[in-house]
Amino acid sequence: MEALDAALPVLAAMMRLSVPLLLAALAGLFSERSGIVDVGLEGKMLAGAFAAGAAAAVTGQAVAGLAAGIAAACLLGLVHVYACVTLRGSQVVSGMAINIVASGLTATLALAWFHSGGQTPPLPASGRFLPVVLPGAGALAGVPVLGRAYAIVLGGQASLAYLAFALVPVGAWVLGRTRFGLRLRACGENPAAADAAGIPVARMRYAGVMIASVLCGIGGTYIAIAQGAGFGRDMVAGRGFIGLAALILGGWRPWPVLLACLLFGGLDAAAIRMQGVVLPGIGAFPVQAVQALPYVLTVVLLAGFVGRATPPPASGIPYTKER
Amino acid sequence: MNALPRWAEIVLLPALNLLLALLVTAALVLATGNDPVAALRALVVGSLGSADSVGYTLYYATDMAFAGLAVAVAFQGGLFNIGAEGQAALAGMGITAVALNGGALPAVVLVPLAILGGAALGAAWAAIPGWLQARRGSHIVVTTIMFNFIAASLLVWLVVNVLTVPGTMSPESRGFPAAAALPGLGVPGAAPVNLALPLALAAAAGVWLLVWRTPWGYALRVMGGSARVARYAGIAQGRMTVTVMALSGALAGGVAVNELLGAQHRLLLGFTGGYGFTGIAVALMGRNHPAGVLLAALLFGALTQGGAELAFEMPAVPSDVVVLIQGLVILFAGALGNMLRPGLLRVLGRA
Amino acid sequence: MTAPPPAIELRGISKRFGAVQANRDVDLAVQPGSIHGIIGENGAGKSTLMAILHGFHQADAGTILVDGSATTIRDSRDAIRLGIGMVYQHFMLVDGFTVLENVMLGAEGGRRLAAGAAQARAGLARLGDEYGLRVDPDAPVGNLPMGARQRVEILRALYRGARVLILDEPTGVLTPQEADDLFRVLRALRAQGCAVLLVTHKLREVMAATDRVSVMRAGRMVAHRETADTTPAELGELMIGRRPALPQPHPAQATGPVLLESHGLVVHDDAGTVRVRGADLRLHGGEIVALAGIAGNGQTEFMEALAGMRRPSAGGINLCGTPVFPGAAFNPAALRRQGLAHVPEDRLRDAMLPQETAADTAILGYQDDRAYRGGLGLLSPGRIARHGAEVMRDYDVRPHGPRLQAGRLSGGNQQKLVLGREIGRGPAVLLVGQPTRGVDIGGIEAIHARLLACRAAGQAVLIASVELDEILALADRILVMSDGRIVGEVPASAATEARLGLMMAGIAPDQTS
Repeated sequence: MEALDAALPVLAAMMRLSVPLLLAALAGLFSERSGIVDVGLEGKMLAGAFAAGAAAAVTGQAVAGLAAGIAAACLLGLVHVYACVTLRGSQVVSGMAINIVASGLTATLALAWFHSGGQTPPLPASGRFLPVVLPGAGALAGVPVLGRAYAIVLGGQASLAYLAFALVPVGAWVLGRTRFGLRLRACGENPAAADAAGIPVARMRYAGVMIASVLCGIGGTYIAIAQGAGFGRDMVAGRGFIGLAALILGGWRPWPVLLACLLFGGLDAAAIRMQGVVLPGIGAFPVQAVQALPYVLTVVLLAGFVGRATPPPASGIPYTKER
Repeated sequence: MNALPRWAEIVLLPALNLLLALLVTAALVLATGNDPVAALRALVVGSLGSADSVGYTLYYATDMAFAGLAVAVAFQGGLFNIGAEGQAALAGMGITAVALNGGALPAVVLVPLAILGGAALGAAWAAIPGWLQARRGSHIVVTTIMFNFIAASLLVWLVVNVLTVPGTMSPESRGFPAAAALPGLGVPGAAPVNLALPLALAAAAGVWLLVWRTPWGYALRVMGGSARVARYAGIAQGRMTVTVMALSGALAGGVAVNELLGAQHRLLLGFTGGYGFTGIAVALMGRNHPAGVLLAALLFGALTQGGAELAFEMPAVPSDVVVLIQGLVILFAGALGNMLRPGLLRVLGRA
Repeated sequence: MTAPPPAIELRGISKRFGAVQANRDVDLAVQPGSIHGIIGENGAGKSTLMAILHGFHQADAGTILVDGSATTIRDSRDAIRLGIGMVYQHFMLVDGFTVLENVMLGAEGGRRLAAGAAQARAGLARLGDEYGLRVDPDAPVGNLPMGARQRVEILRALYRGARVLILDEPTGVLTPQEADDLFRVLRALRAQGCAVLLVTHKLREVMAATDRVSVMRAGRMVAHRETADTTPAELGELMIGRRPALPQPHPAQATGPVLLESHGLVVHDDAGTVRVRGADLRLHGGEIVALAGIAGNGQTEFMEALAGMRRPSAGGINLCGTPVFPGAAFNPAALRRQGLAHVPEDRLRDAMLPQETAADTAILGYQDDRAYRGGLGLLSPGRIARHGAEVMRDYDVRPHGPRLQAGRLSGGNQQKLVLGREIGRGPAVLLVGQPTRGVDIGGIEAIHARLLACRAAGQAVLIASVELDEILALADRILVMSDGRIVGEVPASAATEARLGLMMAGIAPDQTS
């Protein structure tokens, strides 16, 4: 019982930490299912984080931060999709470029506009997405385990977090049960067939990448003004790539992707909790090993040693009408 | 589609891409209320204006040359090696292992041994993704990205948990023995320009010879041109993928040679400094040719040094503006590469 | 009472691609409730015409009338809207989707799939009953056999209300049983008043299944006939054109030992369809053997297998007396070492890199040869350039510059360069696919002379060609391939265009009446 109770804060942290991963992974999902590889998730999230931190600091309103974060990510996404679809350039190079541009751009603008060593100013409460108290949490607090779980695991997340989790069933529904989703998937599986069926492949791919950009913008906003209290240099810290790893581990399907993100979030939470703890026989807790685990798991999956990793067949290949 | 003349393809187009990158950056600098011309001047003066600056420019350029060669040689085989950063980190671990356990070996033996140790680990760290691509079909871009992160975790664990001298605050290994050091070149000024620089030049010459003057190199370029033609020509593509990646990783290890044996003389966190990614920009600008890579490395070395000075002179413009330029170069030269071509064709009267 | 207008009418359609006039002033009228065959050789312009009808290309000149009204077809959506459906030679289906999803794609019937799905299921059931097109709506297309996939393609077109159905070489990937099923379906469609356009080169099918047939040749429509009123012989002649019989330009000579042989070779293509159904070959030194046939009947895959570019699924290959397949070292490099040279039919895609210089192209595949090395075992640019210049001179590749980028040469000169490279090695066995594709008249003569010289030197030469002129000019023996089998062997002395043309179209010589 006590162990369960002690596990609750870790579970809560797991939920919290998996949100940006989930948003990045869902972003990658929409982009890749339409046929465009996106290794630039990290950069888009970073741009979103900076824009959110800056706008929230200037206006004092969290919602303004969200809008700015989405806009910034969409701007970079537009460059990416223009390069990949209209110019038929290398999708990987474009993604890497966006990551590096975002890193330099956000640091430059942060210093130029706010002068405080590359950070945006600390935000007032109105400028942040604070943890939400679910109705009845106080009343249920007395109930052993479940009451606490309700209050701090389910409850106590920022509103953006609930949005992110809600996007999983929404995303699954859009992809699997709507006309838009069917057409989008066709563009990622066999663009020639989609074209023959009268579907505008280029336009669908633009849509896929822009949806991905919006999600990245939300993810960056969460990192900056929900999880954090403002933007700091390179604060996405590789989570865009872990999102990509989760996408691969989840087989490019929304619900397994959610599980992968929870797994990675859980690993992160456990690592933080156990830092400095000395385990019998092993010594200090190997934080770095846990941090590297998502990447190792992805490589193992990609190597085909455990299961198969099959991306959408046309993903990564520019589409040109054959003669 | 009509093609541009060779000189336009090799010189004009990259130059225009660089110009575009600089213009966008200048516009940005202007938009933030700073003077782009002053910034540019500070960049140029800061990189070439004094013996110190030139020295540092060369020192940074050495790192970028190695990284650029690594990426370029893999590109010649059609492989996108994003993992130079991680390969350099592993090479650093290899160098450290040899240096700290070299006992009383004289420099003449210890230094080459350390370099070999570094190259071996860097090569291995790249060969694994290469093997995965060749035999299991795992996309090399994703695996090298993952390997970068794994290497970073490994490095942190090694430095913080194993090598840090107990009792000190800064996470770094103890200093290498005096014998495990590349001699400096005696360049005037404070910059740690060392033997790694001529080594980089030698590496560039070696890469050129290998890729353009050997049957192996010919086969590599065919593989990079078309998998079908490579099959027709009877080239063993799986084996070649692993070999070229190993070579690429070994070259990336040159960054560790310059930093650890030439300058820092100890293993410390973050010594790879993002040079692995700069290598991508250098390779793209240099059109994957050693001569171009050396020139582009010099350019980016100047930008890095200039950027540091710029941050000093104009506190409102951070050194990260150089990172921005780097990213824009990759964007224009790489992803948006087809953007200028139709216009250029028209201007040159060949449309 | 006036007769109903034609379902489709084309008047004066012309289309040019660069230097090639693919369609020249084509007229065509297809009646509703009929099966109309379009026949012609490769390059006759059939596919271009159908592509124009389906909106993939736009004609340069001419009018299209659907049900009597003039209209423009800008893209596939316009065509679908006008009731024109197309079943492609290479199916345009998403393998990862179910049959239902493929049928619904582009005609989902609403934003949410659930509503449209019920409608589509009902529609599929109805169509299935009406035309005998049975498929399981929930089966993933990737798991279906070719015949079933084609049914899905047809259903998809019908679901969108196609009243005109175009089928482009539909039986190439079908078993005979599946082909029979297909024609039964087409007859049912005809009974319902649909107009069916059957594009094919198989005369047997045309005779058996169509009501009217139109013949294309060299971009023009040369004849229209009622099928009942014509014969395969007449159609064959119209397809190929009346040309005087050519004299035999080279004397017969005694041949040498068997240098290349295959028995029972079975070869599949990349999609898994069987393309060569058991082919036997005996190639002697000192002879030229030609593989004749309309493109797509297995010659490409047969030659690729003999050259080590494609693994056969069954059978055996011997090169210079040694078994090479099944074998450990079955790859182009090993075969080259044993004396085989190969010029693929698509040299730009398979045998050269456009960005390389001509000199570098001239050593492709032979880069390990010591002759190209200089000091220190490194490649010698001087020797490579000299070799390149030599090849370009000997084979009249213009312009004569070894440092030129190979991609800048014209198609014909590229062909001469690649041929020069391979012939120049003096191989025991030479395989050449479409030796003079894209080459001008002067170049053709030169290349033919070279091939005859190889023959005189005792080398074994196998060519695959769709040009009857070329085959008649070069070959000692002609093997006609149809539908993946060698359906006949004709010695040069007995070969005429008419006879070969009919064999290529699947009609045995005794079935001409």
